[in-house]
Amino acid sequence: MKRSCCAAFVALLVLLPGLALAQGDAGGNHGPTIAPQEWSFAPPFGSYDNAQLKRGFEVYRRVCSGCHSMRLLSYRNLGEPGGPEFSQKAVETIASQVQIADGPNDKGEMYLRPGRPSDRFRSPFANEQQARASNNGALPPDLSVMAKARPGGPDYIYALLTGYKPVPEGFQLAPGMHYNTAFPGHQIAMPPLLQDGAVKYTDGTEPTLDNYARDVAAFLMWAAEPKLEERHKVGTRVMIFLLVFAVIMYLAKRSVWSRLHHRDASHAA
Amino acid sequence: MAHPSSYQPKSGFERWLDARLPLPRLMHDQFMVFPTPRNLNYWWTFGGILTFMLAVQIVTGVVLAMHYIPSEDHAFESVEKIMRDVNWGWLLRYTHAVGASMFFLAVYIHTLRGLYYGSYKAPREVLWILGVLILFLMIATAFMGYSLPWGQMSFWAVTVITNLFSSLDMVVPGLGTKIVEWIWGGFSVGGPTLNRLYALHYLLPFVIAGVVVLHIWALHMPGNNNPTGIDVKTAKDTVPFHPYYTIKDGFALVVFAMLFAGFVFYAPNFLGHPDNYIPANPLQTPPHIVPEWYFLPFYAILRAIPNKLLGVIALVASIGILFFVPWLDTSKVRSTRYRPVYKWFFWAFVATCIALGYLGSQPPEGMYLVFGRIFTAYYFAFFLLVMPIVGKLERPRPLPGSITESVLGRERGRDAPKSARAKRLREEVA
Repeated sequence: MKRSCCAAFVALLVLLPGLALAQGDAGGNHGPTIAPQEWSFAPPFGSYDNAQLKRGFEVYRRVCSGCHSMRLLSYRNLGEPGGPEFSQKAVETIASQVQIADGPNDKGEMYLRPGRPSDRFRSPFANEQQARASNNGALPPDLSVMAKARPGGPDYIYALLTGYKPVPEGFQLAPGMHYNTAFPGHQIAMPPLLQDGAVKYTDGTEPTLDNYARDVAAFLMWAAEPKLEERHKVGTRVMIFLLVFAVIMYLAKRSVWSRLHHRDASHAA
Repeated sequence: MAHPSSYQPKSGFERWLDARLPLPRLMHDQFMVFPTPRNLNYWWTFGGILTFMLAVQIVTGVVLAMHYIPSEDHAFESVEKIMRDVNWGWLLRYTHAVGASMFFLAVYIHTLRGLYYGSYKAPREVLWILGVLILFLMIATAFMGYSLPWGQMSFWAVTVITNLFSSLDMVVPGLGTKIVEWIWGGFSVGGPTLNRLYALHYLLPFVIAGVVVLHIWALHMPGNNNPTGIDVKTAKDTVPFHPYYTIKDGFALVVFAMLFAGFVFYAPNFLGHPDNYIPANPLQTPPHIVPEWYFLPFYAILRAIPNKLLGVIALVASIGILFFVPWLDTSKVRSTRYRPVYKWFFWAFVATCIALGYLGSQPPEGMYLVFGRIFTAYYFAFFLLVMPIVGKLERPRPLPGSITESVLGRERGRDAPKSARAKRLREEVA
């Protein structure tokens, strides 16, 4: 056994320099590196910071929702456990502030009514064509699962929102585009709308771009993974159970196999 | 193993049933007292782990199917509904998705164990062939399952893989295209394709379960191979399956479940691709289309060959060649433990599979392609050159006289050890 491990190790040693070489060769193809941030919801025990999610929702509502839909979320989700946990009343108020197209009514006509908690988040545009027409041909993507749909997840969202920098010399920027260090290719159609002071915070948090980016990234993580807290909690219990179970199984296995020694002894006798 | 039945019906009902459908007798002879070599190590626990994984996938899959909608417009959203609104839906889906990865991890270990200890050699050729058949079915099932969330990677993986059939155009012009359109149910990957992939994804696991029954049947005719590769000679070489291996397999299963649960609860998307959380868009090709990690070595082989048809042939052959392993290996000795030369080639093969997996995740250009070709060449050379030639030329190390001797040592193989401690020491040395 030891010898075969040795053989495997030597084989790997031979392979690694070659692979490293290959890595260097095509390294330029990969997107910019995204710096990992510290998040309250990091595994294995992390949970969302309700206040941060509430602030993040405020940023989404005041700024992002002008262009970005979140079709998979309903207003009721904002009050559910493991999320921003707005009060029932607050959820109703938030929902009622938007006008939702409903119908047809008994005359066969569509009509507008105030939103209800059971409604999906209202989309800013009626369809893709309208979204593109209003955004210089670019389509603002739906943000429901954005935090899982990009390598780096919330780290990427934070890096993107804080990644607007002056255009470096010699960089060819297409008209209507913006320079962003985190975006693949560095040209992004989304303008840097999020600036210091763009959204009012009522809980005393500094209204800075850095905080906005962090809070909205956390909010989008919750939107993409609303059962994360439950998952971490159940996970802890399952892991403890399995650990204890494994110890018991190991001891039982040793005890059963020790019978063999007696059998061998009696065979010889 | 064909051994005389030791089943004794204990009640009138058991006697009555035994004359009509002797299921209790089967369970008693083939499960409880089945004579199993006493020296099976933990690499042998993956058979049980795989049975467990198949059951997990079927149970979670059947419940997921109650909520999933196989249509172009609703597939992605129905999966998200499972994640958000179905009770424990997130647990079902993550268990099923991570379960596929764990299933493949276990099946690759199981296959490499068979390869290392020569478990494919006579009289276990049929057992091995059925195993390779299960591997093929698993690959088909996993591929179809991956298409169901209808994200970008789902859609483009289906597009790339179904398009492989179009390479038949190089043999009979038009034939490949016809087959591809027949598979698609249209002129592009779309709703009809998704619907049929779903139907087959639900069907194939039960076919796998059927072949698993044959696989176990074929196992129970010659009985288990073992780390020494030598045959069972006396009853002393064996222990009854229960409780010795139920408890050992059980312990290994719980440890494996910890790894499984670790992924499900703490990194459920680690093994997936972020692009699959973007709804399928036929008008936008992702920059890199990559399959799930467990297909990456085969993907690297496909792309290493510059000709499309030959690439597809190499892809199919890379697994199909396993069917012929019992006859490619010319060694008289089963276990690689006693094969000093072949051992090096074997571990180089394992390293090659890992390297191909890495290369499959990288763009097929520059040095990646060069290394992809070198490793592909070794992958096939291992089967076609190393196995027949090394088996003939190599001088194997001396085999132990019996399984018991290999466990207890030469003199004590005949007599008993004086203490359990001495035995344990010997095991550690071995």
